[in-house]
Amino acid sequence: MTAPSSASAATQPVVPRRNARRARHWSALLWVAPGFGMYAVFVLYPMLQSVQYSFYDWDGIGPATPAGLDNWKAIFTQPELLHSVEHAFILVVFYTILPVGLGLIAASFIRELRPGAFSTTARVVLFIPQVLPLVAAGIAWTWMYSSDGLVNQVLRAVGLDQHTRAWLGDFTFALPAVGVIGVWVMLGFCTVLLLAGIGKIDPALYEAARLDGAGRISEFFAVTLPGLRRELVVCTTFTIIAALASFDVIQIATQGGPGYQTMVPGVEIYRLTFLQQHVGQASALAVFLAALVLVVIWPIQRLGREK
Amino acid sequence: MTTSGVAHRVTRTGILLALMLFAIVPLLSMFTTALAAPGSTPQGLTWPSDPHWHNFVDAWSAANFLALFGSSTLIVLGVVPATVAMATAAGYALAQLHVPFGKAIYGLLLVGLTLPFEALITPLYYNLQSMGLLGTRLAIVLPLIGLLMPFGVFWMRAHFLGAEPALTEAAKVDGANAWQTFRRIHLPLATSAWSALAVLFFLASWNQYLLPLVLVDDPTKRTVAGGLGAFQGQYGTDIVLLCAGSLLIILPSLVIFLIFQRNFVKALMQGALK
Repeated sequence: MTAPSSASAATQPVVPRRNARRARHWSALLWVAPGFGMYAVFVLYPMLQSVQYSFYDWDGIGPATPAGLDNWKAIFTQPELLHSVEHAFILVVFYTILPVGLGLIAASFIRELRPGAFSTTARVVLFIPQVLPLVAAGIAWTWMYSSDGLVNQVLRAVGLDQHTRAWLGDFTFALPAVGVIGVWVMLGFCTVLLLAGIGKIDPALYEAARLDGAGRISEFFAVTLPGLRRELVVCTTFTIIAALASFDVIQIATQGGPGYQTMVPGVEIYRLTFLQQHVGQASALAVFLAALVLVVIWPIQRLGREK
Repeated sequence: MTTSGVAHRVTRTGILLALMLFAIVPLLSMFTTALAAPGSTPQGLTWPSDPHWHNFVDAWSAANFLALFGSSTLIVLGVVPATVAMATAAGYALAQLHVPFGKAIYGLLLVGLTLPFEALITPLYYNLQSMGLLGTRLAIVLPLIGLLMPFGVFWMRAHFLGAEPALTEAAKVDGANAWQTFRRIHLPLATSAWSALAVLFFLASWNQYLLPLVLVDDPTKRTVAGGLGAFQGQYGTDIVLLCAGSLLIILPSLVIFLIFQRNFVKALMQGALK
């Protein structure tokens, strides 16, 4: 017993330390395990199940029969599924392009204001729709668009009676009308985020631009816009996900109608599984939607990382 | 020069006021409608000649609000502390400790950051059914913890990446182990990050609609948003009662936001940009 102890005497300071480092190394997994475990059970595993279901024909109760690629082909051939995907992209105009554009205008205007009651009020009021449940947004706007609602009341007040209609029941106007709800929800988020970004731009850049004789517009394009690259990426990413994966507002306001005029993948997945028991078809659309979001978001994120 | 300056200021104020009006008008319209005579069909935005404040009391009992708020509170208490704790631990480890396969673990979590809830709702329904949890609040709480986890870990990791390495070194020199370093030094410094995360998770749970709609039949066991959806289904034709009920339901979110708005917006910016 004495020989080994004397032999290890030289290495003693090294061996336990290396063991301790290795032990700590593996014990670091314990920190991650609870969170990752919940994620694996309730997100990763179901995602794999969705992929599996998508190759079967299943009503949710009886035995599932293999369906090959039928469910996947249907996404590109069945008009109602194809249209739901198209509508999701149209909603990007309303959820992303308009709020980011208007948000840029609002943020650069608020920046020019002296800090005070008006600028704070503007920021807070614009942000309010973002904190409310989307269900409430759906209910509020369903009332705005109804025959007795405010939109028609205003049209009548200015003598445009012939243009009044039940907006959400109109085949032409239902989708843009739902889109405006998206503008309402997203505008405050974009404004506040962009405003914070503008606050971080070096004031010296604005002074330099002014010395060069730049007007407000050229100052905006030369200083403000390039300085907001990261904020713009965050805004676009967040709002595009909200547009492609929209559910709450449409489920409350139109349930995809009239006809299929406002049908989007999220609502279609819900209907296919829980109202029509086409679990396989719903799952194919679900996997397709998840992949679609990734494919659209990925290049935008890349853009944000480039310098 | 001065006239163009004045013109610009008028345009600026005009546009800002128009956008603010756009943001607030739907809520004002709901408010005046909620005060109209019960059962009547008022116009979009008209102050009623005799406001029926009692509508709010009627809506309170019609929607069984006490049960609904109680249920939402239970769900929030089930989701928020657990998720924040797990995400903080995981975020700290991924940023500061050498986690084996840390890159792969973080990569898998990032995938979840963009996953739409709808993409998972079908298998979640059947899994929770086989666990015998359908119709219980756990059917909302457990999946929500998993679904919010990627954002939580992403947020906390970003915070801990910015933590001062010298502090960790100093603690190590003093003989502190990983847990002590975390508990005594990094956790207190991360208070603003995890408390902002808690507020965001509160809103995400409170406002969650799809999970309760699909997984819990009884509206009194749902979240506030899920209950509001059921309320709309039941009283959709009674616009006065519906507006009164909706306003009652959104009031807590609104109050919480107005109280915390300064910290809230600041924290949101910090987190979103890392």
